[in-house]
Order: sequence, then C-alpha cells, then structure tokens
Amino acid sequence: MAEVLLCIDTISKRFGGLLAVDKASFNVRPGHVTALIGPNGAGKTTLFAIISGFLTPDEGRIVYDGTDITATPPHMLARRGIARTFQIVQPFAGLTVRENIAIGAHLARPNRVEALAAAGEVAYAVGLSAQLEQSAATLTVAGRKRLELARALATKPRLVLLDEVLAGLNPSEIRDMVPVIRKIASWGVTILMIEHVMQAVMSLAEQVFVLAEGRIIAAGSPQQVATNRQVIEAYLGHGAAARMTSGAGHG
Amino acid sequence: MKTYLPIFVTVAVLALVPFVTASNVVMNFLVMTLLIALAGQGWNLLGGYGGQYSFGHAAFFGTGAYVTAILQVRFGINAWFGLLIGIAAGALVGAVIGALSFRWGLRGSYFSLVTLAFAEVLRIVASVAPITGAGVGTLIKLDLRPEAFQFQSRAPFYWIALGLVGLSLIVVRGIENSRFGAYLVAIRENEDAARALGVDAFIVKLAAMIVSAAITAAAGCFYAQYFLFLDAAIAYGTWISIDALLAPIVGGVGTLFGPLLGALVIKTLGETTKLVTGGAPGLDLVIYGLLLIAVVGLAPRGIAGLLSALIRPRFRFPSVPEQHHG
Repeated sequence: MAEVLLCIDTISKRFGGLLAVDKASFNVRPGHVTALIGPNGAGKTTLFAIISGFLTPDEGRIVYDGTDITATPPHMLARRGIARTFQIVQPFAGLTVRENIAIGAHLARPNRVEALAAAGEVAYAVGLSAQLEQSAATLTVAGRKRLELARALATKPRLVLLDEVLAGLNPSEIRDMVPVIRKIASWGVTILMIEHVMQAVMSLAEQVFVLAEGRIIAAGSPQQVATNRQVIEAYLGHGAAARMTSGAGHG
Repeated sequence: MKTYLPIFVTVAVLALVPFVTASNVVMNFLVMTLLIALAGQGWNLLGGYGGQYSFGHAAFFGTGAYVTAILQVRFGINAWFGLLIGIAAGALVGAVIGALSFRWGLRGSYFSLVTLAFAEVLRIVASVAPITGAGVGTLIKLDLRPEAFQFQSRAPFYWIALGLVGLSLIVVRGIENSRFGAYLVAIRENEDAARALGVDAFIVKLAAMIVSAAITAAAGCFYAQYFLFLDAAIAYGTWISIDALLAPIVGGVGTLFGPLLGALVIKTLGETTKLVTGGAPGLDLVIYGLLLIAVVGLAPRGIAGLLSALIRPRFRFPSVPEQHHG
C-alpha cells in the first residue's frame, strides 16, 4: 500500500435523476502531482467534495493511507493531513490575510501568537507577504487563490486537494502561480488537482485522470491523455478525433 | 495583560459613579444599562463573534432569573449560591438548545427562529407551571442583608452589576485572544472554509452557545435579586431578547465594548422617548425599530465600527460582493 496514498474505489453519487459520479476509481501516489481533468459538468467538483468529506457517496469508498475515510467529516480529514482549496474562493473576508492563514495554522498550534507567526511564514512561501495585514476582502482574484493555497498549507497537510486554483487567472498570473504549486510539490506534499488550464496540467502533473459524465475514461501521463481519442471526443464532441486526424488541412 | 487594560480602566472609571451621584433615578438607569450590557455581551459572543443570531436569549435570562428566585423561595437556598446555580442552569439550557439546533445544521434565520421558539415555549410553560407561580409570579421575600444578596441602597447593586460586566469583558477578551475565538470568528465568516481547515464547527458553536447562555443567565439572576419579582412575561419576555441583541448591534457587533456602548445608547434613547411621549405604550419599540434600521443601513459595524473608521480613516475596506457556493 505504500505506493498509494489515496485510493478512490468505485465511487458513485446521484443527485435525484442525475448520476454525477459513476463508479469512478483511481489512485494517487504519494509525493506525486496527480491531475483530474474533464469537461464542464463531468463531476470533478462533486468527486472532490466526496473526497474532502463535504458529501457522502452513495456507493464506493475512499481509502487514505491504508484506512477507510469514506464519509469522515472535513475537520477530521484536516486533522489527518488532508487539506483542500475551494474552486469558488472562500476567504474569511472580515479578517486580515494573516488571520485567515492562522486559522489553518491553529490546527497544529493552539497558541494564538504562534499561529499568527506561522501564518507569516506560509504567506511568504506563496508570495502573500506584502498583503499580510490587509483585509482578505481587498485581495485580487489571484491574491485570493494564493490565500486559499496558504490556508490549506498552514494545516501542514500530507495531501492537498486543489480545486481549480488557476481558474479565473490571466496568463501572467498563471505563470506566477505554477512555480508556487511546483514548490509545494517539492516539499514532498502530495497534490491532487482539478484543473482546466491544460498548459499547467501538462507542466505540473505526472499522472492525469480524465473524468467525463461521471466516469474515468482515460488515465496516463499528460502526453498520453492529450492524444487519447476518447478524451478528445469527450471535450470536443463525438467524431471530433476522426475529423482532426483526417481533416487537418481544413483548419 | 496589555489587551485587558481598557477593561480595567473602563470598570475603574464607572465604579466611581456612585460617589458622584446618589440619585435613585440615575442609579436605577445605570443598573439597568449594565444589566442590558451583560445580557448583550452574552448575545455578542454567540451572535457577534460567532455569527449565530439568536432571537431568544430570553430563554437563558429567564432561566437564570427563575432558578435564582425559585431556589430561594421554595427551597430556602442562599441567593449567592442561587446565582451560581442560576448561571449553570442557563448554560445547561444553552447546551440543550445549541446541541439540538447545531446537530441538525440549522444556520442563519432558521437558527434565529428556533431560538425564538424555544424562548416562547419556556415563557408559556412558565406562565402556567405551579413552580414559577404561574400567572401570579414569584416574589422573593424582602431580606435586606448582603448575605441574602439584597441591599438597602442601589450602590452595591451597581457595583455588583459592574463587576459582572467586567468579568464578562475579561472572559470575552480572553476568548478573542484564543484559538477558540479565532475558530468562532472563522465560522462566522465562512463555516465550510473553517471546517476544511480542521474546525469542528459543531463543538465550537456549542461551546460558544454555552458561554453565551451563562453570561446572559447571570444578567437574569441579577435581575431577580434587584427587582425581587418575576413573572413569565418579564423573565422569558421578548423585551430581553430584543435588548440583548439590539445593544451589541447598535454598539458594534463582534466588538468587546459594543454591548456596553449600545446598552447606554438604547437605554438613554428609551428613557428619553418615555419622557417625550409620556410613556405611550409601544412607542419605544417603534424607536428601537427605526434605530435598528438606521444602524444596519448606515453603520453595520455599530458605534464602535464608526469610531474606529473615524480614528483610522485609511483602513477603509471596500465592500466586495460575497461569493456563494454554486
């Protein structure tokens, strides 16, 4: 089991008549960057919510570090070393950046002064030092994404779930953010990311899983996945792969 | 200790008031103000810091008041000891209401309505139950000895009320500087984000509710000793639920001195209204309503918020539209 930190085992989730996740299974290896990609509405965020304990699956189980963590509440997962960010950023808007990060740092440090000090160190790592004493409400979108990351890191996680931390950023902001994620990975933190920005997935991820209509349809290295016919069809529609190979001249 | 200095200064200054005036009208006014400030500080911990707006803090006030009174009247227990039991009983009621509402994930206005319902149920029960004296009410026997928590003059009552307010300020300041306080504020700002960071929202909210209820119950215990008479409409009446939330909202919700400041403002306003209108029934509530609208609309962080904005005009945060989960 040493080769698998997180095992998603035939997870299904139904919302009324909609089968959002359909027997999805995949593994996350320790110390690696794994990406979960897929078209809009594929069920990625639902699957993330299940892994992070915000939703309970109708079927299947999640195994983390050898123990079944299915339906464990989020705060217990955080204590076990699983941290997450939110796709729609959720800052504590009334607090300063430092106070925001300190909430995460408090997990390991009951002392208020120590937690606030630790928050400063984490802020430095993600490039938020200059904004430490500002209200989180004054941050730009890019700043808020960094704050999401900082708060999650402050809990000293073994596994970080990143839900589209690059979404909504402009190209130069993405260029600034990618090295931050790479730095986190270099500390040995395992990363599972949902991402739409393919450029980032290609440069960061070692293993990619593709979710479409709730099912895992492909797995492999970024290059393998990018040329997979099923993946291209899932994104661009039925028959797209054939048109691309035969009709390259039309373009 | 530096963060406690404003508390000691405030309490020390207020403690001198009885040496300046002996007027019963003034003392009565100030005691009531402190009582509202105390009840309001209880509400402020849960509502101001924790973002859980209770409309039924009368449940804790009334429980504290009745337990103190009934223990003396029916069981002959000393009033000081009754005060402690009253506070504990209020905390217990807080634990029960909190456990039930937070267990079932009631948030926002649903939580407010449930607390209101609990207070109303208690009011109705108290108005018919024999142990509370039902419709007749409970009268504590006059026994003007300090051992019986009764005093000839108003000054000792004033100092005790001030002491309780000072104690509540110290407790809340202590919470402000602790991890528990930080978690409580995080839950107010965004409960899901807090949970993702390892905050057990249920436990934190429940603990806040218990301390909040205990503080407001202390106000109820004091009320019983000060007026020596209770009935259901006084102890569990909506008046105290309203005053307990209006004081911190007017003074500055989620700020340490907000409840004290707000209590002073609403009591002054209430007394002025009575003078001007000759006590026309309900008119003070109209004034309260208008005041609440004005504060929420013009100064959402209350008087304390206005003051800090005046002192530090550079620290103006632009209001950013809240983002919600899709």
